[in-house]
Amino acid sequence: MRAMATSSVLAIAVTLASTGLAAPRAPVAPAGMVLVGPGIYRPLYPTAPSEQAVSVGRFFLATKPVTNGEFLAFVAEHPEWRRDRVKRILAEAAYLTHWAAADRLGPGVRPRSPVTNVSWFAARAYCTARDARLPTEREWELAARASDKAPDGSKDPAFTARILAFYAEPAALTSLRDVGQGRPNFYGLYDLHGLAWEWIYDYGASLVASDSREKGDAARNRFCGTAGANAQSPSDYAAFMRVAFRSSLEAAYTTTRLGFRCAADIEEVP
Amino acid sequence: MKDYRATALALCVSASALALATTGCQQKTDVRAWQRRLTPPAPPAPPDVTSTPPDEPIMAVLVAPPNVPPPTNRTKPARVVVKMTVKELAMPIADGAQYGFWTFGGTVPGSLIRVRQGDLVEFHLQNDATSTMPHNIDLHAVTGPGGGAAATFTAPGHASKFSFRALNPGLYVYHCATAPVPMHIANGMYGMILVEPPEGLPPVDREYYVMEGDFYTKGKYHAKGLQDFDMEKGIEARPTYVLFNGAEGSLLGDKSLKAYVGDNVRIFFGVGGPNLTSSFHVIGEIFDRVYTEGGSHVQENVQTTMVPAGGAAIVDFKVQVPGAYALVDHSLFRAFNQGAVGTLQVSGPEDRLIFSGKQADSLATKDEGPARPDAAIDTATTSNLTRDEQIAAGKAVFASTCSACHQPTGLGLPGSVPPLAGSDFLVKNDKERLIGVVLNGLTGPVKVNGTMFNSVMPPWNHLSNDELANVITYMLSDWGNPGGVVTPADIAKVRGLGAI
Repeated sequence: MRAMATSSVLAIAVTLASTGLAAPRAPVAPAGMVLVGPGIYRPLYPTAPSEQAVSVGRFFLATKPVTNGEFLAFVAEHPEWRRDRVKRILAEAAYLTHWAAADRLGPGVRPRSPVTNVSWFAARAYCTARDARLPTEREWELAARASDKAPDGSKDPAFTARILAFYAEPAALTSLRDVGQGRPNFYGLYDLHGLAWEWIYDYGASLVASDSREKGDAARNRFCGTAGANAQSPSDYAAFMRVAFRSSLEAAYTTTRLGFRCAADIEEVP
Repeated sequence: MKDYRATALALCVSASALALATTGCQQKTDVRAWQRRLTPPAPPAPPDVTSTPPDEPIMAVLVAPPNVPPPTNRTKPARVVVKMTVKELAMPIADGAQYGFWTFGGTVPGSLIRVRQGDLVEFHLQNDATSTMPHNIDLHAVTGPGGGAAATFTAPGHASKFSFRALNPGLYVYHCATAPVPMHIANGMYGMILVEPPEGLPPVDREYYVMEGDFYTKGKYHAKGLQDFDMEKGIEARPTYVLFNGAEGSLLGDKSLKAYVGDNVRIFFGVGGPNLTSSFHVIGEIFDRVYTEGGSHVQENVQTTMVPAGGAAIVDFKVQVPGAYALVDHSLFRAFNQGAVGTLQVSGPEDRLIFSGKQADSLATKDEGPARPDAAIDTATTSNLTRDEQIAAGKAVFASTCSACHQPTGLGLPGSVPPLAGSDFLVKNDKERLIGVVLNGLTGPVKVNGTMFNSVMPPWNHLSNDELANVITYMLSDWGNPGGVVTPADIAKVRGLGAI
């Protein structure tokens, strides 16, 4: 992956040199990733007036969530992340328990469906091992706002209704399908909605207090009657659900519907 | 009481002093006797709602609705442990229709929690590992921020614990308060906690637990299959279903509430919402006592009690006449077209001094007033009827259920309701089609006797197979129609086919 990133940079350099253009061209994305942004992200719960519209720079984001098969390969390379060897402080007891064994998926687990039951620490370790990182909340939300036609689908009723429909599906009856089905969004990203929740780097970023068991006033906004009062777009129920879900997490938690995908910085060419 | 005692004490002291001064010690015994006569009986000790509960905990008894756990029967505060697991489950919402409910403990509503004023409640909320969403609980009986919402905010596969002192007696709603809150409530995440006053509630013979809630599905009322939540209908407060205890028919037929003549019946009634308030009414009964809004004051002799969303009422009434009593939200389209109906079946001897019973010919008269399905249900659910018996029973069903629109004459209403009397629709269509129309309703244009009608007939599939067989047999046989017999088996067959 590191080699690939380097060659990408080289490719850009070559392109720039050969065309002689002064303006920087779109950098070539690492394998499995696409370029996202730049754009403006409007947090559901701005912590300050200056936070109501945050500009997000360009970054790379994986087109699909990490699958069971990919995570199995990672665990084989890094046995300290096997479920029987991982430190409990880094992943709780339910970590990877849907697999048949610590080093085997078993017949009930689809290799191409998103890996879930992974902690934030494990997700971060995976991305680091792939020369990547977890996307930030603003990056993820910016990417997820794109419909299949436009970078900002938030004013498109059909798009928002479709997202909401995913969350309204009775989860008890649906099992996790393979990644990469259906239509990609404007950037070429799959499964940001309608498959599994995804870890982000700063899953507790909108929380005021450092101890996420005492989440302070920012978290209070997520409960009961005040939930809609301070939010920027009270009708964006899907965003409410994501914020609520993220704020219920601790870094060692794993849940049956929570996976992740990786992001990467753009190495800007001078 | 205190003042009186103080005065008595002062009298005693001065009398003693006087006695000692004048006549000496030998008078003491008499003075004491006199004191005893003056001393009023000891007042009852104030109820103990403040003492520190013992360390030894009591597990709260949780039973599925409409059942109610037994009274606490305690005189001192206790440490009560409540354990609930949130589960996201697909369960029936109506006949043939399923819905993805989010539940406290697998039922809608969640179990009634019963504690006593002064109890220290230790609440354990577990969110099942199969859950998609984080959940929490806000109990309206809690004095403290969020009612426990933040303290119990729990990711899937995790558990939280918090404790609270039940300071105020009353009947309180609890619900999930995770954003988006109305969606969690619309999916069934509510229940109630009863905080008994220290002396307990007056004993009754039967206690039941019923909660009303409004539900919003993508499909229309009675659409079959797994139904998705419809956020738009929720925001616009256009419910598909308004239900008692989370499913149509949850208090009908075999699942009816039951009582015996002479019983005092108590219903712990609450409204989960998220949108609607309830006009709770039991057809044919008068609430003798209502703890309005679930609080401490009792209103007497109430016909209909208004219960807000996120609110409650305790209703007590004595049943004196056997029969079927319908529980309804008296905003009656909810009862007739959205499912808000249940029954209380009262068995036992008749008391004709209270209720005369029904004359055979009194049903079909125009001035009878609102439909009373009781008698029709009584006769129509008796199987193995002769054709004449079917016609008689079906006539009663028709009078109570169909005549409001199709008219007792069967002539319908010009321009809006097609006639059944001399109707070519009954001749042209086969039995299965006719059964299908009654079961599933009929919306849109239809030509009857050369006239086009374009209106809505609701589905009547909540009637029993016997009732439907009888009423269709009756319609085929009266008003000079060609005749024909429909059996309960015919109904069952068409029911099995789904919508026609």
